[in-house]
Amino acid sequence: MTAISSTAGGPTARFRGMLADRDGQLRIVLVLIVATIVYGAFYNDLRQGALRPLFEALPMPSVNVLIVMFYYAILALGLNIVVGFAGLLDLGYVAFYVFGAYTTAFLASPLHGISIPWWFVVIAAVGVAALAGVLLGAPTLRLRGDYLAIVTLGFGEIMPVLARNLDNIDLSAFGGPKDFNLTGGNIGVNPIDAPVLPIPGPWGDELVFSNRNPVAALYLILALMLLVFAICVRLRDSRLGRAWMAIREDETAAASMGIDTVSTKLLAFGLGASFSGFTGAFFGAYSTAIFPESFNFAVSISILIMIILGGMGSLRGVVLGAFVIRYVNDALLPYLGGFVDEPVRAVGAALPEIPILKDRIEAFTLTSYNYLLYGVILAVMMIKRPEGLLPVAARKAELHGEGVATEATFGTSGEVAQAATDFEAAEGHLATPESRPDGTDGTDGTDRGDRA
Amino acid sequence: MNVAAWLARNSRLLIVLIAIAAVLALFGTSVPIWGGCTAALDRCADVVAIGVFQGMIVALVALGYTLVYGILQLINFANGSVFMLGSVAALLGVEIFGLTSDSPAASVILAFAVILPVTMAITAGLNAGIERVAYRPLRRAPTLATLISAIGMDFILQNVGQIIIGPSPVSLPSLLPNDVILAEPVVIKVSHLFVTGITLPLLLGLMWFVRTTRQGKAMRATAQDREAAGLMGIDVNRTISLTFLLAGALAGGAGVIVALYNGSAWWQYGFSYGLLAFTAAVFGGIGNLLGAAVGGIFLGILISLNAFYVDPRWQEVVVFGILVLVLIFRPTGLFAEKQSERA
Amino acid sequence: MTALATDLVLSTRGIRKEFGGLVAVSDIDFDIPRHSIVSLIGPNGAGKTTFFNMITGLYKPTAGRIELNGKEITGAKPHQVVRAGIGRTFQNIRLFGNMTAVENVLVGLHHTLKGHWWEAIYRPRSLLREEDRALERARELLALMNLLPRQDDYARNLPYGDQRRLEIARALATDCKLLLLDEPTAGMNPNETLELTEFVRSVRDRLGVTILLIEHDMKVVMGISERVTVLDHGEKIAEGTPAEVRANPRVIEAYLGRGAAGHG
Repeated sequence: MTAISSTAGGPTARFRGMLADRDGQLRIVLVLIVATIVYGAFYNDLRQGALRPLFEALPMPSVNVLIVMFYYAILALGLNIVVGFAGLLDLGYVAFYVFGAYTTAFLASPLHGISIPWWFVVIAAVGVAALAGVLLGAPTLRLRGDYLAIVTLGFGEIMPVLARNLDNIDLSAFGGPKDFNLTGGNIGVNPIDAPVLPIPGPWGDELVFSNRNPVAALYLILALMLLVFAICVRLRDSRLGRAWMAIREDETAAASMGIDTVSTKLLAFGLGASFSGFTGAFFGAYSTAIFPESFNFAVSISILIMIILGGMGSLRGVVLGAFVIRYVNDALLPYLGGFVDEPVRAVGAALPEIPILKDRIEAFTLTSYNYLLYGVILAVMMIKRPEGLLPVAARKAELHGEGVATEATFGTSGEVAQAATDFEAAEGHLATPESRPDGTDGTDGTDRGDRA
Repeated sequence: MNVAAWLARNSRLLIVLIAIAAVLALFGTSVPIWGGCTAALDRCADVVAIGVFQGMIVALVALGYTLVYGILQLINFANGSVFMLGSVAALLGVEIFGLTSDSPAASVILAFAVILPVTMAITAGLNAGIERVAYRPLRRAPTLATLISAIGMDFILQNVGQIIIGPSPVSLPSLLPNDVILAEPVVIKVSHLFVTGITLPLLLGLMWFVRTTRQGKAMRATAQDREAAGLMGIDVNRTISLTFLLAGALAGGAGVIVALYNGSAWWQYGFSYGLLAFTAAVFGGIGNLLGAAVGGIFLGILISLNAFYVDPRWQEVVVFGILVLVLIFRPTGLFAEKQSERA
Repeated sequence: MTALATDLVLSTRGIRKEFGGLVAVSDIDFDIPRHSIVSLIGPNGAGKTTFFNMITGLYKPTAGRIELNGKEITGAKPHQVVRAGIGRTFQNIRLFGNMTAVENVLVGLHHTLKGHWWEAIYRPRSLLREEDRALERARELLALMNLLPRQDDYARNLPYGDQRRLEIARALATDCKLLLLDEPTAGMNPNETLELTEFVRSVRDRLGVTILLIEHDMKVVMGISERVTVLDHGEKIAEGTPAEVRANPRVIEAYLGRGAAGHG
């Protein structure tokens, strides 16, 4: 065996992704950092000073909108590990966000009279969310993709219900109070301690990172997002990243290459959940209040849309997707609504009496149509551009390729596919009488042994 | 069927169900704040009866999921929203006909003789249209792509519902008389008869259709093996469209019934009933028609018991808990050994 | 027994697989001597792939015992089987199409690497060194398969023959003692088939692995194998050298007499 070592030690393959980042992305990242810092620092001056006409004429995002864009970018990066890297459809990602936010609320608010500094709370929040991810994932990750989607959806739906309902637990049987208020119920938890650094300056005795001092919060979340982005890049380019990708491509083949698929998927679930918990901890502390309504199904789906819009698996893509969706939702739609709402309402007022419809047109608000927009984006992207706006190169080719089998994402050539069909028609049939209704063949039987 | 053998085969599931019952009982009895009403065990039969009627509605929606899943292996997320739009259509129909709670019974009956079929036709067309626009182009794409497209459709329809009737629940005039027909052994009212009178024929009609008609056989063949069915001369696209038409009609019919029975329409009904129905379909073994119907009735009883003895606000937790447990312990459903009903 | 066992890489005793009453593989005893090339043949539906899937852990046998290097692996999960020393290819090529050739091989090396995921975040020197070594090893394997020039091509873009060889490289990367090849010449023309046959032999000689082939093509089997086992309807109907098997009347009846006659 001859070693081909002339290029072997080089970083090409290991850092292939990283190098691509360096060429194009590092510059983008720098621009993003500088632009954010400048925009944040001079936002009030700009808005009221030199650029006032610009701010009045165009939908410029406020600092608070930027913060929302950034923390949704973290959520999207986290969900991307689960959906984009490991190929598991998680429709209840918001559940882990709930864990993060409520852990923060429990440990840093008057609700239970505990007041731990946020910098420690965030660690607990990440830990609790990761644990929840592992506990949910352990029994469910063996399920087929669509079943997993439903189970996660259910989980995401249950968490806010628990948050709403666990406000008068009868603990008298255990010697506790008769109406123990764990979660604050419908009214949520308010206030929650903001992250604070004891650094005096023009901002006062201490630096507070909350909506009272949004610029500081903006810088904090920018730093956190860059940290998460870097972690994602490195995970993607690691042995674990390759294993995730292999599982996404073909789970059976991955198992047959020695990858423990269950624990690898569990790791994706746990890491994705921990990012969500991380963001939840920030969200709770930054907004200094949380309500069960903030965590509905639509949040999970809006994060999924960010990933699909940007390109599943593409880190730049999902960040862009998060920025676009949140910007449209929080800045563009209200701005456009300013032009559209009144005329439409006027038309409604002029209409003759039509049951129900007339009232609706009279009360038209463009911003309430955001879910409609989400739905359209989801369906159109899936049909027209499933690889997203900034796709990973390989993914693009794949999704436009021919002959993609039902569950495997690897499109083989027609010849191979034919050979496979012929063969499995003969042998696979023996394997299917009690199993999958989707016609995948008997070789895909990793989980059947356990179930039988 | 040999009961003992069935029990033996399903022991694990039974343990789970017993555990659920135990937890519910614990909550219901030891936590009076939640239960509110624990002593009324004598009304148990009535509660179960109410559950059966609700369950029949759930079964209609569940059949929509199971039909489509059987044929495309797709969870048609939009099914719940199609159902919701059915109840929106009923609401609009009531407005158009100018029905009030004082309207004479004859005119109410006459109006619904129009509203029900028209709504079912609209929702059937809508469901088939969704398949055409959002699922057919993705038939060769990975399963999850279609699933995501379905979620998108669901979102669109939910929003359409919200656009038409607004964000809050809208009440209908009470059109169904509240008269008690039967007091013993269980209380049965006119509204219950109404539900049964529409639901049962639809359920039975669908079973009959799938089992005996030519088109029904084509559906079953397509569900078994789409390619082979195509080779045998079955028009697969047409058969799939027909499946969506049927599912949509059932969902629309269920929507009309719910609007009348609950006396309200709300855009969020799609989600809550949708997941209830999907759980029912999984419970009965997705793809299995009879299973979906039985699952629907089972869940109807369950949520009714929950609402009466525990607290309706725990409904979602109970339903999802069951869904998760069934998926984990018995993903092929309770009636998995009978495969013949698949469509 | 022990002396014999050490000579065997794999041995199965009475393994059996039923699917809801259908017997796919029935009580098979099967031995593979070390460093040999052994073939498993049989007409379509004979149970070859089911047998393969039991050895590789995709199916749990209904009954019976599988030993690898004298250690029981019956019912082990696929990744555990790989870690125990069995690598495989798939009849219908299952590469990771959207990963490059070298990445595919790196996935094969996965279980031989020790780096933890948290190390991937701060990248200690030990991890970088390990990754470098892995990359070097992957390139060696690609070079062995004449695939080095295509190392950065996506697997899905490789020509058919290259995909077959890449799959073998990926399987070898798992550091296997026993390599299972599931119809490696399926879909190949006679020239490619001949080339691959030679290649399989050279892999055995150079890397010292043991090879089990599932084949359809009698020519390939007879040319390369030292021992041949014939399955039909899930049962072992013959076993021996290629010449013995060729002369066995049951084989002629079951195998050559039916469908395969057309194959030549």
